[in-house]
Amino acid sequence: MNDRLTKPVSMPTTLSAPYWQGLQEGRLLLQACTQCGSLRHYPRLLCTRCYSDGVRWLQAEGGGRIHSWTVAHHAFHASFAGALPYTLVTVDLKEGPRALGRWLGNMLALGMPVRARIEMQDGVAELAFEPDSQRA
Amino acid sequence: MKLADQACVSGIGETAYSRGSTKTAFELQIEASLTAIADAGLTPKDIDGVIPIGIVSGIAEDFIDNFGIPDLRFSAVIPHGGASPVMALQAAATVLATGICQHVLITFGRNVSAATNKAGARIHQMPQFHYVTEYEYPLGNIAPAQIYAPMARRHMELYGTTVEHFGAVAVACREHALLNDNAVMKKAITLDDHRNSRMIADPFRLLDCSLESDGGAAVVVSAADCAADLRHRRVFIASVAVGHPDSPASITQRADMTSLGLAKAAPRAFAMAGVTPADIQVAEIYDCFTYAVIRQLEDMGFCKKGEGGPFVADGRLRLGGALPTNTHGGLLSQAHVWGLNHIVELVRQLRGDAGRAQVPDAELGVVTGYGDLGDGALAIMRRG
Repeated sequence: MNDRLTKPVSMPTTLSAPYWQGLQEGRLLLQACTQCGSLRHYPRLLCTRCYSDGVRWLQAEGGGRIHSWTVAHHAFHASFAGALPYTLVTVDLKEGPRALGRWLGNMLALGMPVRARIEMQDGVAELAFEPDSQRA
Repeated sequence: MKLADQACVSGIGETAYSRGSTKTAFELQIEASLTAIADAGLTPKDIDGVIPIGIVSGIAEDFIDNFGIPDLRFSAVIPHGGASPVMALQAAATVLATGICQHVLITFGRNVSAATNKAGARIHQMPQFHYVTEYEYPLGNIAPAQIYAPMARRHMELYGTTVEHFGAVAVACREHALLNDNAVMKKAITLDDHRNSRMIADPFRLLDCSLESDGGAAVVVSAADCAADLRHRRVFIASVAVGHPDSPASITQRADMTSLGLAKAAPRAFAMAGVTPADIQVAEIYDCFTYAVIRQLEDMGFCKKGEGGPFVADGRLRLGGALPTNTHGGLLSQAHVWGLNHIVELVRQLRGDAGRAQVPDAELGVVTGYGDLGDGALAIMRRG
């Protein structure tokens, strides 16, 4: 049963490895199409606008606004039992795509300005968000 | 070639629904299949098309092997979770209308009682959840209750949908389950019971969540002319349509996370059947969560977007209300078999065989499927 207590980890693919490498280095990266410049996230093969598979990785500035959220009160994986309750926020990044992250603040409201903070948990980078005090 | 009224659901079958079944998913699936085939007045060898739902129980070839089907002419795998059964009606109607098959079996069984096999583990073995598994699971976004919760939260914040609105769906389904001898849940609940139930993934409480239960369900869909000679009054598939939301595999990235694939499918289905939501007398709506019912009512045009909460209040979904919904108890209170039980129940209603839950003179009804983060399907059926 030990594996039930080990947190699930991501298994990067060739497509997503640069994203995870960036996160590990403290940068939130988005795919930018080398042909038309469209941004996309989560990482995928093609640009839906021009069908190019060319990718340049762009660092998100980190700012965004709350789109929605949920608060977990039940541990669907035993490794999260000690963290309850915890909040996950869906954030509209300034650049357009969304991101999901752990919430480091208290009060929440749609449209609330937030900033990304990448935290190391047992050597693994995790995306989190906190209130943007400069824009609050 | 048109699809409307070319196929009928000729046979329905269900096992006993339970928690803690000692039968395998495949055993449950076979049992339900044999019941549905017998209900139609057919033999297993009459089946010439099969659509096993999901990939958790039997595959098409298992039905050739166990039934001795001499000439299976069509099979398909439809990988869209709880939308798959109604999507399978579309596939079945198509191969029946074109003359490829005469009798198509749609069948499902599951046993989820094994402790290692809960929803939070199961979905991460499915490729359609790969974005969630890679980017969200490690953050603790694990089970459907959590993954769907932000859709409901945003709906609440934008439109003022309330806990009481969710509760109205839960209470209606439970009331109907109490009329159904084959329902897992046996105890009445009130709005207060709903509000006071344990929080699971805010805004979803325990009584907002569908059941983890074991069982099998199946239907036989026959070409309309073939169905005329079978045991039961015909129930026609007046229309069926399928739709996928934008960003189907990630709710996080969906432009409008409060909209589902059903919004694209519904206008097609109502146009094909030549009816409007106001004509529908009974609805079996996929209820993985209470909120999903509210959202689908909006997406089908029963009310405007954002008005689904008030729409379900005041008993509208209860028997005797304006739109009796989930008259079997639904996934919330009867059993979770990916919504095949919703198709079975609509057929019962339109045959006039729904017992204590019968909607008087039901002639026209709708059934929806909803799966894997927002894929949708609906079928409008009418009494022959």
